[in-house]
Amino acid sequence: MDHTAPIVEDVFGISWLDFNLSNVFMIIVTSLIVFVISVLGARKLEMKPTGGQNVMEWVLDFIKGIINDTMDWKTGKLFLPLAITLFSYILVGNMLGVITNGVVGGDVWWKSPTADPGLTLTLAMMVIVLSHFYGIKLRGGKAYVKDYFTPLPLLFPIKLIEEFSNTLTLGLRLFGNIYAGEVLLALLVGLTTSGALGFIGGAIPFLAWQGFSVFIGGIQAFIFTMLSMVYISHKVSEEH
Amino acid sequence: MPGLAENSLIYASLGGLYVGDMLVQLFFFVVLLLLLKKFAWGPVMNMMQKREEYVAGEIEAAEKSRKEAEAAAKEAQTQLNQVKQEAQKMIEDAKNTAVKQEQAIIEAARNEAERIKEQAQAEIQNEKEKAIQALQAQVASLSVMIASKVIEKEISEQDQEKLIEEYIKEVGEER
Repeated sequence: MDHTAPIVEDVFGISWLDFNLSNVFMIIVTSLIVFVISVLGARKLEMKPTGGQNVMEWVLDFIKGIINDTMDWKTGKLFLPLAITLFSYILVGNMLGVITNGVVGGDVWWKSPTADPGLTLTLAMMVIVLSHFYGIKLRGGKAYVKDYFTPLPLLFPIKLIEEFSNTLTLGLRLFGNIYAGEVLLALLVGLTTSGALGFIGGAIPFLAWQGFSVFIGGIQAFIFTMLSMVYISHKVSEEH
Repeated sequence: MPGLAENSLIYASLGGLYVGDMLVQLFFFVVLLLLLKKFAWGPVMNMMQKREEYVAGEIEAAEKSRKEAEAAAKEAQTQLNQVKQEAQKMIEDAKNTAVKQEQAIIEAARNEAERIKEQAQAEIQNEKEKAIQALQAQVASLSVMIASKVIEKEISEQDQEKLIEEYIKEVGEER
């Protein structure tokens, strides 16, 4: 039996405004978890860091390292909050789907928000739009336009296509990895619950795949953040 | 959780793109970003910045005090050297003064001795002459008396004089 999604169509009578309520639900849950963890970690900040503050500072340094790898820190620090939010949101989102998937009345309610192409593409588009915005803002329109025709004017169509392919690959890479992980997890759940033999055969692969999914989730969060910064630095930096 | 995903694929989550979801995602992400910036990462970043500045300040202060200590040590060294030199000079001066005084004292002593010696000699000479004179006078009369008593004969004035002279000479040489 296939599980369906709780879809609401034509909200407020607007023909294009459709909602997948499970996505909305998971977006809220993920955002809430990220917010609560971050705020808990940022409580009681002291000169000599202890406990949660150490973790927060380690994450901050980690993201700082990612940004420093791709661009000058002077412009890079502008994107630190974006990069941290991207990283923590995607990481938590990935993990939520690995921990469990929830189905209510045939509808999938609990899953990774990052296992939906629409949501990952939204993040990717946001990053690309921001890269264009800051490219124009920090370097001026002339330098921005000139970038499309260097080193050769002939490359203009390719550069134009690159912008769209960047968006697609950035969003779909994340979606594909997480979605595939969930599909395989669901398959293994089916196997382990199919009977005694299935449980014996499926339990170990299931555990292995869950561990691997955790790994993938971390890696994908890192890659998404890293590539976002790379794309932004392409637009923002003078040399690339 | 009311029911885990059971024996089925989760096709349902792949239903295409829902504009509503995308808008919600965008909205929530931006809100999350702003909230995190305000309540979580902003304060943490501020604290790290503060600590960085504090450490830098401490290092600077330490360097400054080290320099000051070095300067003070140098000054103390120079002062010590100066004092040493002064002490050396004072000892030298004292030695010189002592040598001078010694010489002066010796000189004075010598002069005094010389003077006393001369005085003594002069006195001796004086006494000698006095004695000779007294002797001369006595010898003259004595010899006359002796001569007149012993010889009891007249001798010429000239012979007498001669005799006396001889006597005196003899007396003076024998002394």
